[in-house]
Amino acid sequence: MSTPKNTQGARRRFARIRDFFGEVPLLGWLVGALAAVLAEKFVGLGLAHLVDLPRIPVLFGFENALKKPELIPGTLLYVLLIYVAPALLAGRLLQLPANRLAGFFAQRWPTASIAFHLALLYAVLHIWSDINDYRLIVVKITLIAVMLTLSLNVINGYMGEFSCSHPGFMALGAYSGSIFTVVLFTNSSMFGPALLPTAVGPYLYPLALVAGGCVAAVGALAVAIPSFRTRGDYLAIISLAFTFIVKSLIENLEIVGGPRGMRGQPDWSNLPMVFACTVICVGVINNFVRSTYGLALNAVRDNEMAADAMTINTQRTKMIAFLFSAFWAGVAGVLFAHVLRYVNPGTFGLQQLAEVLAMMYFGGLNSVYGSIVGAVSINLLSEMLRPLEIWKWIFIPLLLILVMIFRPTGLIAFRVFDPQRLIQSKEKRSS
Amino acid sequence: MTVFLQNLINALQWGSFYALIAIGYSMVYSILMLFNFAHGDIFMTGSYIGFGVATALIALSAAGVVALPNWLILVLTILFSMVLTSFLGMFIERVGYRPLRDAPRASAAITGLMIGIILETGNLILLGAQRVKFPALVEPVTYDLGGVFVTNQKIMIVVVSLSLALALHQFIRRTKWGMAMRAMAFDYLVVPLMGVPINKIAAMTFALGSGLAAAAGILFGVAYPVLDPYMGIVFGWKAFVAAILGGRGSILGATLAGFILGFIEIFVAMVFPSTLRDFIAYSIILLILVFRPYGLFGEPYSVRLRL
Repeated sequence: MSTPKNTQGARRRFARIRDFFGEVPLLGWLVGALAAVLAEKFVGLGLAHLVDLPRIPVLFGFENALKKPELIPGTLLYVLLIYVAPALLAGRLLQLPANRLAGFFAQRWPTASIAFHLALLYAVLHIWSDINDYRLIVVKITLIAVMLTLSLNVINGYMGEFSCSHPGFMALGAYSGSIFTVVLFTNSSMFGPALLPTAVGPYLYPLALVAGGCVAAVGALAVAIPSFRTRGDYLAIISLAFTFIVKSLIENLEIVGGPRGMRGQPDWSNLPMVFACTVICVGVINNFVRSTYGLALNAVRDNEMAADAMTINTQRTKMIAFLFSAFWAGVAGVLFAHVLRYVNPGTFGLQQLAEVLAMMYFGGLNSVYGSIVGAVSINLLSEMLRPLEIWKWIFIPLLLILVMIFRPTGLIAFRVFDPQRLIQSKEKRSS
Repeated sequence: MTVFLQNLINALQWGSFYALIAIGYSMVYSILMLFNFAHGDIFMTGSYIGFGVATALIALSAAGVVALPNWLILVLTILFSMVLTSFLGMFIERVGYRPLRDAPRASAAITGLMIGIILETGNLILLGAQRVKFPALVEPVTYDLGGVFVTNQKIMIVVVSLSLALALHQFIRRTKWGMAMRAMAFDYLVVPLMGVPINKIAAMTFALGSGLAAAAGILFGVAYPVLDPYMGIVFGWKAFVAAILGGRGSILGATLAGFILGFIEIFVAMVFPSTLRDFIAYSIILLILVFRPYGLFGEPYSVRLRL
């Protein structure tokens, strides 16, 4: 088989570029990203005016470029100068010290090194989202979507069921968390004056998160117990019925506003909170799926009878998976309610279900990487394509169909996510 | 008593929509082991195609090209739209499902969902956001049967849908093609070795299911003349519930479960406040599935999960 000359050349050029940047560790890329967002913070506006843009492009310039084609060159230049160039330059230039530092810390204090990486990531997100409020909302919603997708992956990917109950879990969490904060800490028309001083609220907000998660987990019993007897499509129906029931129940509870929804949640889901929750969620779920429990999930998925014969307690495994997944979905729901500061039952319907299923299967089954990639890419894509208006809902489904046809298990499926390896130095030892 | 009978008739009408859609789900399931989540939107598209065909025929008739009575227009509309929607179903099978036949089943489910979204959005782009009104083809006549009111529309809807279901049943039981379908549902790995063209059978199954969905869409348009692009979502998912409730791949079960779902919904709305309808209906379904985990007519199967 012979490939045409020019594609071969392109491939070689691509390989050369990859080699050139191949030894930059994660630390280097994070520093590069930091350089990029700092560049935007300090010279972004000036540069934007220089290249004839009215203001800083919000999401990498897509909204400008799609609406006003004459702004495309300016936007391209902006993205190149502000994002690409600093990130690549800083990453490549600091390759040597970054590698040394990463290698040193990874061997001595791996935990501290992970924390440092996370701090850098947070700094990047914080500075980037500081530019305007829209970015902040997008970042928060994206992080929440990561939590949701990942928790769905525990059931649908690792345990191999087709659960449709996630909007229900999320609704339970969102509503119970909202009730918790609104009753205790705010003067609302629904529940009367605050029971506790508002000042202590932010400190007790984690309790609201846990409470929301626990309520969702208790609700998950309604799906977990039938799952002992049924599998596959029947379980899908049970979980779907669960979502319908929760939604309908909330619509009929006048005390939480019924179909009109519930408003007045305090604004406590700030970026540090959401980021911390997401990090904890990713860490805990990642450890969970790599533990014996997680392996038991895979065993139950692949062959329940064989798993049973291998002394896996399948009922307990299913129970744990459902409660665990629902807990995180509930936490995500609480965060979601406090980001939007308004919830109504319509939010947690079939639309939400389709969205979270799409993110999960796009990213990949049985993979923490996949869920993160899926949630982030689908979320960002749907925000960036917003100027296309209705056509957006042609492009995104088409993209998903293509991914499903060419990679039926999703983009990054069955990959182990190992933070310890991620933070290693990438220097090639020449021996 | 009259209230009960009145609601019974309403439930028959409401259930026949569910039944017709659920049959399509069930057939595709039994043949290909996958749920066609775009089916609700095929129902919607069928309804819109029916709207287009009916409008065109009325325009032809009004322009004096051919003088058609209203009933003939309705019959022609149903036939034409069933054929057109069948082609749509075959097309969807070709691009969306055939490449995924050996993929995990959940992937095909996602493709279905996405095709559904594309159909909805395509409709929005083509026709705009305002709802369209289905032309009134059946002059409503109300019969008073001792306090119970029956319109000729309701009779027509129930009769047409039952006879379509029956015709399909006969087709599957009596014809060679139907036999091939049953064989494929029984074991789709061995059937190609016997010389049965499985791709053709799969396409035909989609065509039949989509045709029935189109019929349901037009009947729905006759009963509730306001169409909107998102009407397929709720119907689709509920018919999915009915198909499962009836037992996987059982036509009879799907029909029956469609009617049962219609009955439950109408009677819950009769006794309780209508906002509680979904809550109680799905609680009942949950209970049924707890006691009959394989549906009404399904059989326990050895778990043959393709992941």
